[in-house]
This record gives sequence, structure tokens and C-alpha cells, in this order.
Amino acid sequence: MLQVASVTHRYDVSRPWLHRVLAGEPRQHLTAVDNVSFRIEAGETLSLVGESGCGKSTLARLAVGLHAPSEGTIRFQGETLSSVRAQPALRRQLNMIFQDPYSSLNPRWRVRDVIGEPIRVFGLAADRVAQRRRVETLLLQVGLAAEDGEKYPHQFSGGQRQRISIARALASEPAFLVCDEPTSALDVSVQAQILNLMRDLQHRLGLTLLFISHNLAVVRHMSDRIGVMYLGRIVEIGPADEIFHNPRHPYTRLLLEALPDMTRTGRPRNPVGGEIPNPIDPPSGCPFHPRCPLANPRCTREKPALLLHGKTEIACHAVEEGRLPDQLCANRGCGQVACL
Amino acid sequence: MMLLWLQSDLVHGFRHAPLAVVSALVVTLLILAAVFAPWLAPHNPMDVASLSLLDSFKPPFGMPTADPANPLGTDNQGRDVLSAIMYGLRVSLLVGFCSILLAAMTGGAIGLLAGYAGGLVDAVLMRIADIQLTFPAILSALLIDGIIGAMLPRTMRESVQIYVMIFAIGISLWPGFARTIRGSTLIERDKDYVLAARVIGVSAWRIALTHVLPNVLGPVLVVGTLGLGMAILTEATLSFLGVGLPPTHPSLGTLIRFGNDFLFSGQWWVTVFPGLALVLTVLSINLLGDWLRDALNSKLR
Repeated sequence: MLQVASVTHRYDVSRPWLHRVLAGEPRQHLTAVDNVSFRIEAGETLSLVGESGCGKSTLARLAVGLHAPSEGTIRFQGETLSSVRAQPALRRQLNMIFQDPYSSLNPRWRVRDVIGEPIRVFGLAADRVAQRRRVETLLLQVGLAAEDGEKYPHQFSGGQRQRISIARALASEPAFLVCDEPTSALDVSVQAQILNLMRDLQHRLGLTLLFISHNLAVVRHMSDRIGVMYLGRIVEIGPADEIFHNPRHPYTRLLLEALPDMTRTGRPRNPVGGEIPNPIDPPSGCPFHPRCPLANPRCTREKPALLLHGKTEIACHAVEEGRLPDQLCANRGCGQVACL
Repeated sequence: MMLLWLQSDLVHGFRHAPLAVVSALVVTLLILAAVFAPWLAPHNPMDVASLSLLDSFKPPFGMPTADPANPLGTDNQGRDVLSAIMYGLRVSLLVGFCSILLAAMTGGAIGLLAGYAGGLVDAVLMRIADIQLTFPAILSALLIDGIIGAMLPRTMRESVQIYVMIFAIGISLWPGFARTIRGSTLIERDKDYVLAARVIGVSAWRIALTHVLPNVLGPVLVVGTLGLGMAILTEATLSFLGVGLPPTHPSLGTLIRFGNDFLFSGQWWVTVFPGLALVLTVLSINLLGDWLRDALNSKLR
């Protein structure tokens, strides 16, 4: 359904022209997404996980066509995104749910106008009465009351606002939804409700999802496949079960190890050491090598390619060379064989 | 909805700010006095036939030869000063409101365009605003007034002078509005609700007008109120200098200029009372604007 082929996206982060000229600086670019390729089949959920600043949100915006990629192409239903965006009938099938439910709803609009906007833009209702009826159906579908349409966004809680956001995204009758951290701004108790609602809607409406999150627990709940991102690149991508039960990229392992676990409280932890490097000036070779326990001289020189190992694709020299220990924890003195 | 408005923070804060309440009251009274001047004023200062030179230079109340019919005295032609002030206030407020409206609309449109379009459009428009801001508003108004005055035939000048003033003052005040709106637009245009509209392909014009504009209007109220005082003062200054409104449509500034001639011959009331009216008007409008700015600026709370 969605094919992303060697997409790179750079932001121009140069200082204003006058400053540059006076200080004799060149233009500066930040590579937010670096040569990323993946595909999403109809009906499945692909999740992208990674730390803040790894390019997840940029990828989400690229996928709906809010940004045009600097290099590479994105195709939706076989057509390039720029041609998709020029055709309302196709554009309608692509929609997005945003992270912050407080800034994603126009505070001056009634909820029925917020949800009604896509219906109006795409002419999906014959008249005002039909539009109103459709909005009420959508409100009920996301677990709100039909009368809520008369209210303003500030009269709702964060979770309810995210439901309104979902209703708006569904209003265009999409086939493919990009969800950019839809639960990260919500209370933990509300997160589960919203995730269950999204799964339920996905099954009922046959939606395809690109799900962006930094929270592995959330991702586990939602995904068929998972892609782990680091500094604008995908380092490991494969079936969700494989990623969780047999993670092989050192970064994936470290991320999984950081997950809290009820059954093993108080265990010693090996947090991912160091900071995420500055993406304006990324490390040479494998971008993860300054933080990687398995890095060797080759890793500092050569960028690893994303290669298929079993069911998952992994970009790691250690995996490729077969010098990956069975469990990273054992290697680092954790002592448990099946630590993950 | 109305009830909600009455319970809002703004109204609550207003009731606990005595200075704001008094200013609002004074502004309301002045506006009422100006609007209903033809019915409220004791005399009609525009009706030349009713004037009698025998009534000239009557002193205001409290003075030995005061006439209760003219509580603030009369001028050199026997015109009632109180009535003249009420009619003058009418003209001053009319010019003030209309020019601010013009400034808000041109400045608002330019600011919205600059903020939403960004890039080169933004840079060019804001540099123009910066250049105009280096001149005092009164100077640009004087310049525009002079250019238009020179273009119009002499016979037309007096009848259209009020529109020329509105235009000149309105244009001289647009940069303030443009900068304010641009600033808020820059904040709003990157919010997710704007992105949500862009994803489904709503046009940039439509997003700017239906999504961004309603969310950037708050600060305009503040700039508009403070600008109103500025506009009235600019008009009064121009009229005082003799390039503003003609004696056939006297504003407060015109009245002060005429009365000024008699200040040193002892008839102080002809100029002092219009002057006081001007001070009262501008002061209360500015105090109201100051309060509004503080009330809407959550950082100061």
C-alpha cells in the first residue's frame, strides 16, 4: 500500500543569510531521515520506534506528503505522493493523527466543524443534514456522545480530544492512517483506551496504519511489524514477535532491556549509554558505534547496509559477521541467559 | 454561551481592577455623549444662525458673570463650549475609530500574509514595516495628508478632509498591527491543527483565513485599543497645527487651536476645556488598553 524507497530528508538549519555572510559560514543541513526504505502492506500495522530526534516524526510527515523528500520516492497505491496529493479521491485515503491533542484541534471551532471539515473538503456528504448525521456517527464510533459536536475542544479532556482527533481522521474515510505518537501526551490509564479504540477501528474498517512511537510497550500492543530507527536510519525492521523475542541489533536490545518488567523488578539495568549524537554532524560509519558495546574499527569506518537475516532486516556489522553474542545482558555481566 | 462569557477570567479580572472599571465607564460616557451629541448637547454649535456675538466670551460656571445656559462658557462667536466639545469629540472619535479600523485591516492582512507565507514575502513586507516605523506616525500622516491634499482641487479639500485624515492616520499606524499579527501567525501556523488541514489539502488561503485568523485576533484588540488613543492624538495634533480638520468640522484639536488664540487675553476656558476632554478621552482609552494587555498576557499574571 505504501512504498518508501531510499528516502532522505534534509532540513535547512542555516542561520539567516546576513549572519552567514558576515560570519562566512556555509549553509547547514540536518539529515533527519537518511536513506530509509520500507513498505507497508494493506491491512497491516508498521510501527516505527526510536528515541527523540531519530526522525520518526519527519518520516510521518513525509508519508502523508506534508514534506517532499529531498531524495527518494514514496508511492501510495502505486502512485507517487505528489500525484496522490493532486487527486482528491486518492488524497482522501491518506490521513494523519497527531501527537498533541491540545494543539491538533482548532480552539475556535466547534467539534462538529472540526470533524466536518474533511467531509466538506472532499464533498462526502450530500448536504448539511447528511454531514451533521455523519459527524454524529463518527462521534459515536469513537466513544463520544452525538451532542458533543456542539461543544468546543477546551471542554474536553486530553483523551477525549484524541478521540475527536481520531474521528476527524476517519471522517475522510481513509484507507491508510499515519499516527504520530497518538498516545504520548496522554495519561497512562487513558493511553490503553485510545490504543484499544484504534485497534478496534482498524479491524472494523480494515485500516492500514503507520504507527510512530517511542514507547515499546505501546508498539507491542499495536504492531504487526516493527522498525527501529536510530539517527534517521532504520537499524532493524521485521515482524513484531521477532523484534521482541529475538532482537539482534544492539540498539534494539538495549531499548528492550530498558522496558520495565513486573516479574523482574530490582534487576540491574544496562541503560543505553551516552547521548544521541548531533544529527547535523553524525558519527562516521555506523551512527550507533559511539554507544555500541560491540563496536569495532570497521563500525567506525563503514556504514552497515540493511540486510535480511532470517525474517528481519538488520543494519549491523556485528550481526553480519556473526560476532553477536546470544544475549547482550549475559555479555555485560547481567548473569541471566534469557534476560530479554 | 453568554453566561460563560460573563464567568470568564477576563470579566472576573475586570471587576477586580477598579482603574479599568473607571476607565471603561468614562470611555462609555464619552462615546455616548459623542454619539448622541445632537440630542444631548444644550446648543447646536454648527447652526451659525443661532449664534449671537452678544453671547461671546461668557465665562464658565463658578465665575461672577457665568450664565447657567453655558456651563463651560462660550467662545469668541458666542458658541457654547460644552456643545462644541461634544460635537468635536464626535469627529475625533469617528476619525480615531475609522483610522484604527483601516490600520487593523491593512496591517492585519499584511501581517497574516507575511506570517503565513514566510520567506521572501515575509522579509520584504516586514522591512517595509520597519522602514515606516523609523518615522513617527505623525510624520507619515502629515506626509500622506500633504500628498493627497496637493492632488485634490482646492474646492474639494474641505469636504473630503475627514476621509483624507482617516486614510492618512490609518496608513501611518498599520505596522504595529502587521507585526503583532505576524508574530501570532508564526506561532499558529506550525500547530498541528493547521497541519491537519494541510494533510487533507485545504488551500493555504482558506487555512490562513478560517484557521489562523480567528486565533490571532486576541492581541489585535490590545494594539487596537492602545492605537485608538494614538490615532485620536495624532488627529488632534494635526488639527492643532492647522493641517487637520477644517473649522467647519471642528474636532477637539481644532477647538484647542482656536481657543489657543484667546489664552493670553484671559478667556482660558475656550481652549482648556476641549484640552481636558482630549486628555480624559485618551487617558481612559490608554488605561483600558493597558489593562487589556496585562489581562490577556498570561505571563504577567
